[in-house]
Amino acid sequence: MCNSNIYMPYPMRVEKVTNEAPGVKTFRLNFINAEDAQQFTFKAGQFGEYSVFGTGESTFCIASSPTREGYIECTFRQSGKVTSALTNCEEGDTIGFRGPYGNIFPLDEWKGKNLLFIAGGIALPPMRCVIWNALDRRSDFKDVTIIYGARSVNDLVYKHELEEWKNRDDVKLVVTVDPGGETPDWKGEVGFVPSVVEKTAPVAANTIAIVCGPPVMIKYTFPVLEKLGFTDDTIYTTLENRMKCGFGKCGRCNVGKVYVCKDGPVFTYKQLKELPDEY
Amino acid sequence: MQTENYTITDSNLQQLLQALLSSGQKVVAPVRANNKVLFKEIKSASEVCSDHVQTTLSAKHLAFPRTEVLLQYKKTGKEVTINDFPFDAVPQTFLWGSRPCDAGGFAPLDGIFNWDSKDAIYNKRREQLTIISFSCTRHDDACFCTSMGGGPGNTAGSDMLITPAGNGTNIAEIITDKGKALFENYTSLFEEAMGADKEQYLTKIDKVFDTAEIKAKVEAFFESKVWKEQSARCMGCGACAYVCPACACFDIQDDKHGSKGSRLRCWDSCGFQLFTLHTSGHNPRETQARRWRQRVMHKFSYMPDRINVVGCSGCGRCSRACPADMNLAEHLEVIMKMEAEKI
Ligand SMILES: Cc1cc2nc3c(=O)[nH]c(=O)nc-3n(C[C@H](O)[C@H](O)[C@H](O)COP(=O)(O)OP(=O)(O)OC[C@H]3O[C@@H](n4cnc5c(N)ncnc54)[C@H](O)[C@@H]3O)c2cc1C
Ligand code: SF4
Ligand code: FES
Repeated sequence: MCNSNIYMPYPMRVEKVTNEAPGVKTFRLNFINAEDAQQFTFKAGQFGEYSVFGTGESTFCIASSPTREGYIECTFRQSGKVTSALTNCEEGDTIGFRGPYGNIFPLDEWKGKNLLFIAGGIALPPMRCVIWNALDRRSDFKDVTIIYGARSVNDLVYKHELEEWKNRDDVKLVVTVDPGGETPDWKGEVGFVPSVVEKTAPVAANTIAIVCGPPVMIKYTFPVLEKLGFTDDTIYTTLENRMKCGFGKCGRCNVGKVYVCKDGPVFTYKQLKELPDEY
Repeated sequence: MQTENYTITDSNLQQLLQALLSSGQKVVAPVRANNKVLFKEIKSASEVCSDHVQTTLSAKHLAFPRTEVLLQYKKTGKEVTINDFPFDAVPQTFLWGSRPCDAGGFAPLDGIFNWDSKDAIYNKRREQLTIISFSCTRHDDACFCTSMGGGPGNTAGSDMLITPAGNGTNIAEIITDKGKALFENYTSLFEEAMGADKEQYLTKIDKVFDTAEIKAKVEAFFESKVWKEQSARCMGCGACAYVCPACACFDIQDDKHGSKGSRLRCWDSCGFQLFTLHTSGHNPRETQARRWRQRVMHKFSYMPDRINVVGCSGCGRCSRACPADMNLAEHLEVIMKMEAEKI
């Protein structure tokens, strides 16, 4: 019998803390044990349980790309118990990480297609992993378009990355803020994500759309995509039901018979349509 | 292994229990305490209660404790030392006097804790557990094991099953290698099988429905108002899940004492409002009706589909424990009789 405790986290060193937006931070985490670093692998779309010892665990996606080896990153918004304790962590602190869990974005199946990334708010993290992953193997794909929206200019995360993507000629980047969220010198779009998508999305033919964001944004973006000709099996998103274990045992993340932690978190719109409304 | 049959007298059965205790083994058995009968560690054979139908709580805590330490940590400055679960410290344990439905309750737990990733902590406790069950010669209104594919003399899940046969004798069935190991240590206490059919000694419980039919029905009535009607009196206290031998939902919490602490796994319940509540305030199962539906669907549809086992052994504990008198078997009967047009 395998005698390893599946709840044991890897001890991780907080290598770098980046303040992304008010209440939003990105941690770069290094494996403290060299053998952990060596045997650890993951794929775009997967998540893990990050823990502050003495406070508890919290579920975040892995926001760095599997092509950038030797570390992982996570981006989180301070919202409750564990995220507040994480916010108080400093560079050099030790935290825990166990994972990777869940399914993946099927990048291999997308070879030869155009990619359209649509993200809202703090939902850029799950997206950032797959964007970097796709850009690191750029020649596998045709046109890459990123549409990203936040409430205000202040709330945009990954400003450094946005700058980098803007300057690449093999990426079309559209950044928008909600009406009223713009600053006087704002040069991007102003408007809600769904309407910006309608205006700027590429043609649906041979394009995969990956949509991550708050439930309202997703709710209004899917119909726009369908109107633009995207079929429901070419639209991908991630679900974020509350989780504890990450591997199908604690019993809380399921939507009907589908377990978000095992069968997800990545789903196509077609799969979502077949699920009961419990997410 | 093939089940082997023997006979054992009441006094030899007592001797077997006493011998286990004398050899220093950990034995857990039903014990009467105040108005309840509970599974407790015993020190003497005389503590065992045998005139009860069912203990209040199941025996699942022997493999899945109510609260257990998954790991311990210690902080020193910026460094953290993590201590793994002490696998070698899990004692060998004998569960004595469980019912066939207690033993049957371990199959759903085994399924959940081994679904893809193997839960070594659960498996270690399970491996160290030998189950000596006693067939039922009495039952009460809440029992419905036969409708769940079990029965008062069902051997599934037990390592040894004792069926009282009157006149100071018992039929002893050796069901698994663990049962066989126990038997082999005390062979002299057992006699040749008497060849009697054990059915005649068992209590009779009518089979009212069938698990495959329930599965089809609850799936067909997923959108029905029946969930709301049935759960109107449920207050979401979670008692049903705590007494259930097959409920495995849990929470993970840290317990901190200064610079040290532990990560705990604690029983939880899908009946609690907070169970699925997101930090944002959104709750996918925001009504008790949805939570009741989840409880029933999980046991009778999702578990059969995903891990090929029904999440109920028909012990009836949830019905006995519920302060609001929700009776699972009665509610299932209602759903079984529902017709499509009444959705
Ligand atoms: C697959 C997945 C990926 C996620 N990725 C990110 C991410 O990259 N960045 C980010 O900021 N947030 C992400 N979330 C949401 C994040 O897990 C919760 O916001 C976070 O757990 C809140 O923890 P807390 O202890 O601070 O809040 P509390 O409200 O104090 O939470 C207490 C407990 O509830 C659980 N919990 C509460 N809400 C959620 C929720 N929505 N989802 C899962 N568990 C929850 C936590 O595990 C925690 O143990 C993700 C959720 C899932 C399921
Ligand atoms: S014991 Fe009864 S009241 Fe409590 S959660 Fe279960 S069904 Fe509801
Ligand atoms: S997170 Fe525990 S079952 Fe999915």
